[in-house]
Amino acid sequence: MHPAFSVIFLTTLIGVGQGMFLALFTGQSYAAAQFLPAQDSSGFYAAGSLIALSFLVSGLLASFFHLGHPERAWRAAAMWRTSWLSREVIVLPIVMLFVFVYGAMHFMGWDAVIATTGTGVTFHASLLAGALGSLAVFLLFLCTAMIYASIRFLQEWSSPLTVINYLLLGTASGFTLATAFSHEAAPDLTPFYGTWAIIITVAAFISRSASLIRNSQLKYKSTLRSAIGVRHSQIVQMAQGAMGGSYNTREYFHGKKAMFLQSVKWIFMALVFVAPVLLLMAGMQNNNIIVLTGAFVVQYTGLLLERWLFFAQARHPQNIYYQTV
Amino acid sequence: MTQLALVIDLNVCVGCHACVTSCKEWNTSGPAGFMSDDNPYGKNPTGTFFNRVQTYEVGCFPNTETIHFPKSCLHCEDAPCVPVCPTGASYKRESDGIVLVDYDKCIGCKYCSWACPFGAREFDEHQKVMKKCTLCVDRIYDTSLPESERKPACVLACPTSARLFGDVHDPQSQVSVAIREQGGYALMPEWGTNPSNHYLPRRKTRLHIHEDELVRADNPLKKEQRKPSAPVTEPTLDDSTSW
Repeated sequence: MHPAFSVIFLTTLIGVGQGMFLALFTGQSYAAAQFLPAQDSSGFYAAGSLIALSFLVSGLLASFFHLGHPERAWRAAAMWRTSWLSREVIVLPIVMLFVFVYGAMHFMGWDAVIATTGTGVTFHASLLAGALGSLAVFLLFLCTAMIYASIRFLQEWSSPLTVINYLLLGTASGFTLATAFSHEAAPDLTPFYGTWAIIITVAAFISRSASLIRNSQLKYKSTLRSAIGVRHSQIVQMAQGAMGGSYNTREYFHGKKAMFLQSVKWIFMALVFVAPVLLLMAGMQNNNIIVLTGAFVVQYTGLLLERWLFFAQARHPQNIYYQTV
Repeated sequence: MTQLALVIDLNVCVGCHACVTSCKEWNTSGPAGFMSDDNPYGKNPTGTFFNRVQTYEVGCFPNTETIHFPKSCLHCEDAPCVPVCPTGASYKRESDGIVLVDYDKCIGCKYCSWACPFGAREFDEHQKVMKKCTLCVDRIYDTSLPESERKPACVLACPTSARLFGDVHDPQSQVSVAIREQGGYALMPEWGTNPSNHYLPRRKTRLHIHEDELVRADNPLKKEQRKPSAPVTEPTLDDSTSW
């Protein structure tokens, strides 16, 4: 496939926003259960929600550049019964709404205690909003990934690993951002977020590596024989019906050498997994905001390359029909 | 239920591209608006087509064979491009099984084309919507045309009648008979999309002559038996014997 930058930015940016929101909610849950010190509502949760929301909004903006007719985008909510893309279009604004409400509740102090356990643990209204928001975030990860995983012809994508990767990579980048953010807004949470960011990054490394290994061993179901229905081991295409290329050659071929793809793979493995873990550890050790911010910037840059390769690696069966001009 | 489709005879197709040009001519002049055609006479001509003829060479010299392979939307019975459309712009008609795109609803997200294993859909770079073969839906029901012309433009244009058009669900239709009796097959059966369009394979007409067909072993009419011997001049038994 030809990687589209709009989709690369959409999926990585909303991944950061979703992960950041999960990080905020995790922090508040731990604080509610008195595992962590409580944080300032507006300074930490509201500001954090604003950051998460800004990532989600920029992701949404990026998605419009993918559309031929962005002014008709509202129509995309229609076919949620069958289309994962339609489901994503519905769930993304719901996530944004929850993130906004969650942030607003903290900012405005609309945070009544709705329940208290015998041991004195209190449940605030914002915790409920956060829980519902987190549910929506997980749904959004599912929808985004299933857009790709549900196309059975694209065998590189058609795997549960795609869903796990989207979930873990998005969450990892969000927790890395939360680590850097907490250094400024809530210093006593930095080790908590940093540790989780490392754990999730390592988990993402395992699942992404698994999908890379799976892809390298794929057996493609379609061949030129089944494509044109001629049973012969030697079939060569002489003409594809277009001399100057067509949509079929522009949309489904990335036009890069295998060497280039290999390089991108190793660079993103270093940038997404190795470098951020090292930078997070160094940043937490030295309590250095620049190093922690660097961890996020490096990881996000790596994620752009990771998503590029995710698209470039997928071989569409229609390419069989477009081997020779 | 009706399922309109094309049956393309690869044994007859000569790769003249008449179906391609007539398709483009009819559909670029239709009510749905023009079909992109950039640099038609320039260095890199490109544009939107519903139908393309590709050419393949099968085998190794001297046992080679050229196959011209017209390729358009197969109007799959389980069209995978339809359920993925987020707006419902892509749909399959209940009445005749034609897969169509509502150009006024299409947002141009290209997701349907990703979900088509055949690459049958082409994005129009100027109108920014997804386009595909309509089986000339604006023509086949046009009662102002004589009945014989209510067929897709490509079918009418084909000089060798390599393209048949009809209802593949009607077992007595011309297309069903052709599929049944001439080995019609569907493309990429491994994906289970049940393409409605079928292709008829290359057929070789070979004459098998065995030696016993050259030499008449049984010789029912005794055509090649030895000629009768010449008349006898000596006296025979008949001459000397009175019965």
